Amino acid sequence: MARGTPRVIDAPPRGLLRGRGLRDEEFRRKVSVTPWAPALEYGWDAGLAIGRFLDGLQDGRIFGVRCRQCGRIVTPPRAFCELDFKPMDEWVELSDTGTVNTFSICYVTWDMKPLKRPQIPAVIEIDGTSPRVGFLHLLGGVPGRTVEAIRAEISVGMPVRAVWKKPRDRTGAITDILHFAPSGRRR
Amino acid sequence: MTGKIRRRVAVVGAGMSMFVRRALETGRELSYYAAHQALESAGVRLADIGAVTMATAPDAFDGVHMKGEWLLDGAGGARKPYLRAYVGGGSGVFSIISGWTMVASGLFDLVLVVAEEKMSSCQPHPQGAFLTIFDHTIERPLGPNLLWIFSLEQQRYMQTYGIRNEDIALVSVKNKRNALDHPAAQVAANLTVADVLASDVVAWPVHRLMVSPISDGAAAIVLASETVARRLTDHPVWVQGVGWALDTSYWGNRDLSYPRYVEVAARMAYEMAGVTEPRKQIHLAEPYDPFAYKELHHLEGLQLADKGKAPEDLAAGRFDRTGELPVCPSGGLMGVGNPIAAAGLMKLCELFWQLRGEAGARQVAGNPERGVAQAWGDLMQIGTVAVLGVH
Amino acid sequence: MNPDLHAGGARVWRGTMPVEFLYTAGAAGERFFDTLRRRDVFAVTRCEACNLTYLPPRLYCERCFDDLSATWHEVPPVGRVHTFTVVRIDGTGRPLQIPEIVAYVRIDGTDGGMVGRLLQVAPDDVSIDMPVRAVLAPRRKRRGIIADLLGFARRR
Repeated sequence: MARGTPRVIDAPPRGLLRGRGLRDEEFRRKVSVTPWAPALEYGWDAGLAIGRFLDGLQDGRIFGVRCRQCGRIVTPPRAFCELDFKPMDEWVELSDTGTVNTFSICYVTWDMKPLKRPQIPAVIEIDGTSPRVGFLHLLGGVPGRTVEAIRAEISVGMPVRAVWKKPRDRTGAITDILHFAPSGRRR
Repeated sequence: MTGKIRRRVAVVGAGMSMFVRRALETGRELSYYAAHQALESAGVRLADIGAVTMATAPDAFDGVHMKGEWLLDGAGGARKPYLRAYVGGGSGVFSIISGWTMVASGLFDLVLVVAEEKMSSCQPHPQGAFLTIFDHTIERPLGPNLLWIFSLEQQRYMQTYGIRNEDIALVSVKNKRNALDHPAAQVAANLTVADVLASDVVAWPVHRLMVSPISDGAAAIVLASETVARRLTDHPVWVQGVGWALDTSYWGNRDLSYPRYVEVAARMAYEMAGVTEPRKQIHLAEPYDPFAYKELHHLEGLQLADKGKAPEDLAAGRFDRTGELPVCPSGGLMGVGNPIAAAGLMKLCELFWQLRGEAGARQVAGNPERGVAQAWGDLMQIGTVAVLGVH
Repeated sequence: MNPDLHAGGARVWRGTMPVEFLYTAGAAGERFFDTLRRRDVFAVTRCEACNLTYLPPRLYCERCFDDLSATWHEVPPVGRVHTFTVVRIDGTGRPLQIPEIVAYVRIDGTDGGMVGRLLQVAPDDVSIDMPVRAVLAPRRKRRGIIADLLGFARRR
């Protein structure tokens, strides 16, 4: 099966490795390159649980669901408990306040273009949910643009409250909550 | 609990392409470079190979739908039992698990394992493909990008344990420096912590030099059954244990300061390998380091450091190439580069070379006998682990 | 991304995957297109051991995995229709004004071939194994991509 004597090659020295790196200019102008811009458009169903959650947001209310088996209360809602595999069909209305589990201050867009005003994504734990049940949203209503200025206003563990769009502007979307802002409430 | 292993499986060859920002070569050609080198180093021909397993990340990165099939001939899969093994970013290390099942089960004696990524095709930025990982209804409308989840997780890790960004920047410094000795490296550099912290804040607390690059590249290994391995080489490197675990995509619903799914995967692999005291019995580690803090996070999940204490160990030099537990002696994703699946398999190539004493300038001292490699992925939910050793 | 409502009130989200691609032709593809840009020939690679001539050319033999990067040959761009189809609708399902004939053409002297439109021929006049030659863009207009091959025409 072996071809000749099995060889022990040392971890490849540079001369043995292949793969030609191109400079950006070469890539875009010098070598044969074929472009393709597909039009990928999708229609994603919100589904049963998220559909009802979005209905709630349109009314300015945050709904969660409770698992009949483990008792966990989560939001955004889901149709079944992924831990117990039981339906999560006991709906509870939660308050629109919560706690910052973690946050970031993001200065670039997804395609790495600089943002003048940073986005402040955060994981928010809504009051009334089980421990460590948070979801992604944005923090706002905070002055300043630098890391220092924003960190002076926001910290992990800080209480926050949802800032809603005006009722007539709501569409039944996660963005019906504009962002969460410091509530000034003491924990 | 894991079942009894039927047959022992050895790594008998390894190969790589260069890791570069933009390759002239197609993904198939990069795969060929790595696969051909792995076969050569094992001293076997493609005709000897019973089956081929291929790891490669989402199709939209290369821009080739069903790219497992497209890459097939470059991976040596023509007219053979061929399989694409895919668990997101964890695929590179999962590829050896996939190949291991084929050999351990007795189905094949020689299996070629290949991993490839060509991310430079994706314009204007591969993140365009990654965006759809976020929930379409309740996350994407917020305008997220990939950096968010990493910076959110790093922040929670730092806050929980009182870790400073200086401690995390040191991972970039160590790995980029280690990579100076890696012939395939894309972003090796001699930097200081101050340099890392002086680089732009992309998403605080993450700075630009704490992020691995976009890369094109491939890696490959050859797996053999015990009988065949002993015929081929006096220095087989055994796959002693494998493990993997996935959590849900409800990433906001878990403790972001600790990767429990990595622990589950590690415990599975350690049990199979007979490792009861990982810190004593594992001599080098290649944890997944797409972002600087991830290396520390994963070392804790791998039970190689106490929770929240990996940064202290790093600062004390424990993870240097000359330290008690060399970590990412290859240079890791931060230094060698991050062609996603290929980066994971590169870590197993490194263990193979290190455990055979063939790593040249990168060789760690003390004749290491056992190492662990780990990969991770998607919405902070995947852990794949493999333990390799000389006995 | 905009919310939308199905009939019955179920919500649906519309969105895109914002990706575009730039594909390199690769090491073998680069030589193929560079050759075609300068001369009216196809560059191919050959594995002597397996007696296979690859078109499109490949850097390696898929059977024995030998490196073929030093086995380049050139063949005239002529061959025979291996199979063909008459296309009467476009990619979105709309009828085409003039039907297109798309063929897979085996190129003489190789084990491979190319897909291309059959030009200057009516559907009723096409037959399997019909001899054809490549129709290439004028040399100064060639860009080193597959569009340089306009199609194939009947060879007499």
